[in-house]
Amino acid sequence: MSAIPSTAIEIAAAVRSGSLSAREVLDDHLARIDARDGEINAFNLVMVDEARAAAAAVDAQVAAGEDPGPLAGVPLALKDNLCTHGIPTTCSSRILEGWRPPYDATVVQRVNAAGAISIGKTNLDEFAMGSSTENSAFGPTRNPRDTSRVPGGSSGGSAAAVAAGFAPISLGSDTGGSIRQPAALCGVVGVKPTYGLVSRYGLIAFASSLDQIGPFSTTVADSALLLETIAGYDGRDSTSINAPSPSLIESLGEGVDGLRIGFVTELMGEGIAPDVAARVRQAADALAAAGAQIGEVSVPAAAFGLSAYYLIAPAEASSNLARYDGVRYGMRVDAPTTAEMNAATRTAGFGDEVKRRIMLGTYALSAGYYDAYYGKALKVRTLIVRDFERAYADFDLLITPTSPTTAFKFGDKTADPLSMYLNDICTIPTNLAGHPAVSVPFGGGADGMPVGVQLLAPALGEATMFRAAAVLESAAPALDEVWS
Amino acid sequence: MTLTHEPIEGEHFIVASESTGDEWEIVVGLEVHCELATVTKLFCGCPNMFGDEPNTNVCPVCLGLPGSLPVLNENVVELAMRLGRALQCSVEPSVFARKNYFYPDMPKDYQVTQFDRPINVDGWLDLPDGTRVGIERAHIEEDTGKNSHAGGSGRIHGADYSLVDYNRAGVPLVEIVGRPHIRHPEQAKTYIDELRAILLTTGASDAKMEEGSLRVDANVSVRRVGDTELGTRCEVKNLNSLRSLGRAIEYEARRQVDLLESGERIKQETRHWDEGAGRTRAGRSKEEAEDYRYFQEPDLVPLVPSAEWIAAIDAAMPPLPAARREALAVASGLAVTESGVVIAVQRDLDQLALATIAAGGDGRRVLTHVEHNLSGEGSAGLDPATFAQLVGLELGGQLTATQVKTVLAEMLVSGRAPDVIAAELGFEAMDSSELEGVVDGLIAESPEEWSDFCTGDDKKRAKLQGFFTGKIMKATKGQADGKAVAVLLESRRVESL
Repeated sequence: MSAIPSTAIEIAAAVRSGSLSAREVLDDHLARIDARDGEINAFNLVMVDEARAAAAAVDAQVAAGEDPGPLAGVPLALKDNLCTHGIPTTCSSRILEGWRPPYDATVVQRVNAAGAISIGKTNLDEFAMGSSTENSAFGPTRNPRDTSRVPGGSSGGSAAAVAAGFAPISLGSDTGGSIRQPAALCGVVGVKPTYGLVSRYGLIAFASSLDQIGPFSTTVADSALLLETIAGYDGRDSTSINAPSPSLIESLGEGVDGLRIGFVTELMGEGIAPDVAARVRQAADALAAAGAQIGEVSVPAAAFGLSAYYLIAPAEASSNLARYDGVRYGMRVDAPTTAEMNAATRTAGFGDEVKRRIMLGTYALSAGYYDAYYGKALKVRTLIVRDFERAYADFDLLITPTSPTTAFKFGDKTADPLSMYLNDICTIPTNLAGHPAVSVPFGGGADGMPVGVQLLAPALGEATMFRAAAVLESAAPALDEVWS
Repeated sequence: MTLTHEPIEGEHFIVASESTGDEWEIVVGLEVHCELATVTKLFCGCPNMFGDEPNTNVCPVCLGLPGSLPVLNENVVELAMRLGRALQCSVEPSVFARKNYFYPDMPKDYQVTQFDRPINVDGWLDLPDGTRVGIERAHIEEDTGKNSHAGGSGRIHGADYSLVDYNRAGVPLVEIVGRPHIRHPEQAKTYIDELRAILLTTGASDAKMEEGSLRVDANVSVRRVGDTELGTRCEVKNLNSLRSLGRAIEYEARRQVDLLESGERIKQETRHWDEGAGRTRAGRSKEEAEDYRYFQEPDLVPLVPSAEWIAAIDAAMPPLPAARREALAVASGLAVTESGVVIAVQRDLDQLALATIAAGGDGRRVLTHVEHNLSGEGSAGLDPATFAQLVGLELGGQLTATQVKTVLAEMLVSGRAPDVIAAELGFEAMDSSELEGVVDGLIAESPEEWSDFCTGDDKKRAKLQGFFTGKIMKATKGQADGKAVAVLLESRRVESL
């Protein structure tokens, strides 16, 4: 057995050339999962049989002289809120117990069509609500770099799967930072694309106006490749942008010479750990050294992002999660009347954080409170969009920390939901604006755990964003380099 | 309490109280849900079909399965705009909203509808009686599935289990919200008739009340005649026919007047019409009603039809009932409100009538035949020239009204010319002396009846007039002219007194 390369691009090249079989690649990754996922708990389900069949099909294509596609034979982990035909899709919630979707999400179709091998469904905070994967009904995922720490969330399983080498790439979803924050905490690359760039069809909704699917990988180039594969118009999603998938890999090496990159002052002050802030400054210096012009910029409304988000996202969630009522699929707790059955099912099926957000959202939308809460939050959202527009008049990209701290210990923030919510303070404004952002690993913090640096771009600014991400990647200190 | 149908200030329906003598006016606003006649559903490609095997026309989208997303059917927008423009509405940029409430027939536990920004606003519908009923809005929304309760009592309470058919879930509806401009149960029925004609004309819906593709809820309130403030209204549901609609409005108005006269107040609530019992029953009270927590549907984008699209709809708009009545009134010389005009349009025979009048047929006679002797089905093929010829024979006195009716029926079957048919049937105008002979002979045959006819009261005389007319018609094989017979009988009676 030849050595298995670590990146998707290398694996696909080897499989396409016939020098490596998809089966060998898969077996290697299944062995790693076998060895370590008992401890990490990245997967809710490892799709051994389906993956073996897919790998065999890829190998047969290569043998027949056909090209299986740009992700030929690349193992890929799917967040367990992406629908997979005939395969349990749980959102890490008891309420979806036993449900098997009768269809594949658009992104699942696209990665399969590109030759990727879907290897399993990864753990998440229930319905993607959380920042540590501690809210999963199936137990938390552990951070592969220090198993006493959280991997971040909600896409903690997808981040950990890549960090642990269970798969070179994975898909997550990002509503307020759920790709970027776990990417930062696990020391991998994570991308939240422009809203509408990737079809949401088959992504089980948390907050529809904010949710976006995106890639995890160990390298910037792998994320670029995966994003190219999943992006592009889909007629089944009305919010899908009617444009072809962008070319990202092509311009990856173009550097940042002449680009104007702004520090967001509101997201560099209070609440940001000093070691994290220092790494972000170091990253900016690296970009400057590569020819970028660095300046400071104010996005005043970003300071209100967290408050607005925790009204808008729960409001949409309260409606999106109403369908889990025990009538059609998933869990049902029997009771004498339909209303009592609904209540008993939802009481038993949802965890505390989900219930908390359903109640918050229901309240925010209620008659008499709508204007004061949901209505006002929408106005803040408009202000954030406007403030970003102003910032992007002077800058091509913005730079901030991804997360205020490095990975924290289990239980550190579960007692106080607000301290958990503060994890998303740097990532949320991007979701509210619908813009793209990427988290790139950039050395370690004072505790030796990875720090993520976030680059923000205006809508559809992915190509420029990836160029800068590639520069950061090449300038990055080692992940475990302790900041001192 | 008595009800009078005395029209005061037009067609107002007045409830006059027995105890106080006060007069109350009924105020009605109708909300109509109609299923649009699209091939597929509102947000997915499933067939929009009535009466199929339960849960066969479903997919992840209309079942609201996790991860599914709606995609707006363009044809729904087309039909909704056609209807809106036919109702003189302005087509506005609109957004979809979610109306949140739990119900097992609703797959997502919210209904996608239009709330504060509907597609069609501020139109009107002109009734044949000349009343203009305002249309507040006509917006797009999705239908729900259908529950049925089985076992036990078969009603929702006490049933052993319930079944849900989601075939109807996601079927496109337009809800047409009329302003409270209706003042009479009959006017409410006319409004629905007229609306149905518009729905059919525009092809927006098949508008079948009995199949549920047209559903009517009535907001009913009462106020003292002369008051300008609206009273508290009740929304009456479960109206499955025009007859139910009229009866329910009348019942509900009586109930409200009774309450108000006994010093009570009206509680704003939903009430269900019980056709068997002939009464309305309280449902959900609006005061304790659910809060629907409307907000903009984030899975859909704002709907902004282009000016070109709207213009194309206007350009292709078929002539609407009011305009057709107007045209027929002008051609026939009758008023738009005359029943012949109204019915000709209702039966889709106005083109035939117009062509017949253009071919020389007398307008009033043509419309009389359309109203009394032609049905909507099978009459459209009648040749206007021969129809006009027939009306000419009648007007010229060559054929009696009864003979014309017979000839017309034969023309519909054979398509032959009226004079040919008349000749074959032996229809010739009977001269007056011949008729006198027949009449006098029959009077002589029945002296007792004749004496009663001459001296009896009005009721008796009317009865015996029928007796003699029948005998005369039989003896003349229908060739006698009804009017001439009546005149002759009357002159003989006067002579004999």
